[in-house]
Amino acid sequence: MPTYNLKVNGQTRQVVAPADTPLLWVLRDQLDLVGTKYGCGIGLCGACTVHLNGVPTRSCQALVSTVAGMNITTIEGLSPDGSHPLQKAWIAHDVPQCGYCQAGQIMTAAALLQNNPQPTDDDIDGALAGNLCRCGTYLRIRAAVKDAATAVASAKEAAQ
Amino acid sequence: MKASQPLDRREFFKVSALAGGGFALSYYLSPVAALAQSAAVDNTARVFVPNAFIRIYPDGTVKLMAKTPDSGQGVKTALPMIIAEEMDVAIDKVIIEQADFDPIYGGQAAGGSRTIPSSYEPMRRAGAVARAMLITAAAQHWGVPADELSTENGAVLHPPTSRAITYGELALKAALLPVPDAASVKLKDPSEFKIIGSRIGGVDNPSLVTGQPLFGIDMKLPGMLHAVYERCPTFGGNPVSANLDRVKALPGVRDAFIVARAAGLQPGVAILADTTWAAFSARRQLQVVWDEGDPSAQSSTVYDATAATLGRQPGKVVRNDGDVDAAFAGAKAVVEAAYSYPYISHATLEPQNCTAWFKGDQLEIWSPTQNPGGQLDQIVALAGLPKERIKIHVTRSGGGFGRRLINDYAVEVAAIAKQAKVPVKLTWSREDDMRHDFYRPCGWHFLKGSVDAQGKLSAWKNHFITVGFKGTETPASSAGLSPDEMPARFLANYRLEQSIQSTSVPTGPLRAPGSNALAFVFQSFIDELAHAAGRDPLEFRLELLGDDRLVPGTGNRGAPYSSARMKAVLRKVGEISGWGIKHPKGRGLGIAFHFSHSGYVAQVADVSVAPDGTLKVHQVWCAVDVGPIINRSGAENQVQGSVGDGLSAAWLQEITVERGRVVQSNFADYPLLRINDMPKVEIAFIESKNPPTGLGEPPYPVTPPAICNAIFAATGKRIRTLPITKTDLRWA
Repeated sequence: MPTYNLKVNGQTRQVVAPADTPLLWVLRDQLDLVGTKYGCGIGLCGACTVHLNGVPTRSCQALVSTVAGMNITTIEGLSPDGSHPLQKAWIAHDVPQCGYCQAGQIMTAAALLQNNPQPTDDDIDGALAGNLCRCGTYLRIRAAVKDAATAVASAKEAAQ
Repeated sequence: MKASQPLDRREFFKVSALAGGGFALSYYLSPVAALAQSAAVDNTARVFVPNAFIRIYPDGTVKLMAKTPDSGQGVKTALPMIIAEEMDVAIDKVIIEQADFDPIYGGQAAGGSRTIPSSYEPMRRAGAVARAMLITAAAQHWGVPADELSTENGAVLHPPTSRAITYGELALKAALLPVPDAASVKLKDPSEFKIIGSRIGGVDNPSLVTGQPLFGIDMKLPGMLHAVYERCPTFGGNPVSANLDRVKALPGVRDAFIVARAAGLQPGVAILADTTWAAFSARRQLQVVWDEGDPSAQSSTVYDATAATLGRQPGKVVRNDGDVDAAFAGAKAVVEAAYSYPYISHATLEPQNCTAWFKGDQLEIWSPTQNPGGQLDQIVALAGLPKERIKIHVTRSGGGFGRRLINDYAVEVAAIAKQAKVPVKLTWSREDDMRHDFYRPCGWHFLKGSVDAQGKLSAWKNHFITVGFKGTETPASSAGLSPDEMPARFLANYRLEQSIQSTSVPTGPLRAPGSNALAFVFQSFIDELAHAAGRDPLEFRLELLGDDRLVPGTGNRGAPYSSARMKAVLRKVGEISGWGIKHPKGRGLGIAFHFSHSGYVAQVADVSVAPDGTLKVHQVWCAVDVGPIINRSGAENQVQGSVGDGLSAAWLQEITVERGRVVQSNFADYPLLRINDMPKVEIAFIESKNPPTGLGEPPYPVTPPAICNAIFAATGKRIRTLPITKTDLRWA
């Protein structure tokens, strides 16, 4: 079986896996990064969303053989201590119900804020339409993303 | 408040072991015995344990056990809030631990919206016992009368001398006191509540937003293998043979074998591998010869045709009040309509999974379950071990909705692990999960109703065609209709007939079982009759509910029905929604009410339908009376979630069967509501002075009919079959 050097959350991790193994299962079974969730296996639910070079990607559709050398960020690496503005906003709004989809929601939202620091409701809906929440936490997700965006903007303003 | 580390359970085993023998009789441990024996065993376990739910350590740490599994309904946060309220400890300082299964907790199933009503008073008394003992300890310590003492924020106070002593400082003194009778301790007056009724975020939120392991599917044990399990594509089929040798030779595969039929599981073929992906990959090479039985008559089109035939014949009379035929003959208007709804799947976002380690003389299970006690009962025969040798650890569940009340996945992994003799995690694929569910039953209602010259609902006749599981004698699980269901008991002329057709499709409880479909039918048909009478749908409903009274029930779902509480939520939702506003064609408001799981809920939906048929649900207003609210944040979450769930199911979801097989397999053909389709939700809680009841289910059933009635208001098109997508909503 081939060996791959993966750059995950800033660290290089060596894994041995068949070339067709989805990154999702390498993260979960081999690297013990279980925050990235299996929901559908066909790229439809978004629970497995990670960043590849900053781009939100369904890790169940990204084969391990195609991601070597890329910067892979998972929910565990979004911030060192849970202090990302989205993580704080998620707690402030008590977003999760079961919580299973939330890591994927946050990863997609984090990429959105990178590209669009002040998203409208429509922007948020457009970005997150591929992340399913079976519990229906969508209203609080939207509110938390907006609050996080405001928090980032205020912090930037204060810094200037 | 924070959650304890999932593996920090060593001390718990000890405490429960000390309670051994007296398991079922009382969950109040003797702290004297606990302390003495703990001290003898391990000096570090010196702790005040007034009962199974509370541990107070000399350093001031307070640990509370959350006895009921949490699958998103918020009880891991709500139950400790109730204990902390009566203890007078700050909720943000306590450590909350999910309890493993143990009869010491007195029932741990999370279903039927029963957690809050069944636990509210016991949790209050558990907290009050601790507080009373701490007060006694302080009174002895200071040599003052107990009635001069008060408590606040984890300390006992003596106001006359301005002295204070923390619970931690009192812990080992309190541990030596006799435990007072829980029934005799004084409870707070609700006006003194500081925690109950406040907004507290979920205890697991910090772990959830940082991706920490919490769920069953996150389990990992040393030497653990990953299992997949192939079941017969038709329900009830049996494996005859499989290419096991070929599968066992595939990369990463450690074993493959046939699992025989046993109580609580479908027979099938297990594959064990080093990784989940190796198991998934090997499964694609698996070829099984199945004995499928004869599935030729098992299809949704046959079920529909059979229902139509049965509907034309008389059914078994279940209830017959007054004389419906005489009322129809003298009516101002008579309406006939046929309603139906499909099987639907739970589709919890975390697929079913379970981890087991069979160690010969004991079995340990890590389970995302709503019903650990039921699980133990199901596993015990297969394991061949006494119950005391089976330990069930309860993990967080990625959604439940009733699916995890049934423990087939746990029985499967127990069977596999017994053969494997190493730790095994069984992971269902999404396709397994959708095709081997215990579905919300489908059903058909052939209705006839009338209004009299005064425009009042005068008679109601329903021939209900339901499904039996491989039989026509009794309805399948969750497929029944109580003879007490509204509008029965509120009408002089009411007749219910029932016929049952046999299908091979397993069914089970799904969020607000029965109600989740029945409210759609009955609240829609009431709406039809209101329009036939030319009446305002809200006024028509208030009139149906009649004078304020408690209407007694007769059947199993016939809890006393308070017309006053229902009318109050109806009036409230009318107020907050601006009911009565008339919109131009293409936009409309719809209303519905329903009583289930002890909760009274009314809802108004505001929808628009574009001429091309595009549906948009803009907003719903929901008025709810489940008595006092425990956790306002969690309660709002449950209402919002029920609205999203009800809309998702009514609009988009259908499980169909062809030749005994479920057709749908994943979210491509079984969609879930997306963020852009989630309506605004405005909630009004009427906190009546009734005992608090559960909120996971009651707000769901009203959502489909409120939306369908709004579609009628907008377009004149009546939705009589779910999902809504089956009806052409275009208009000109």
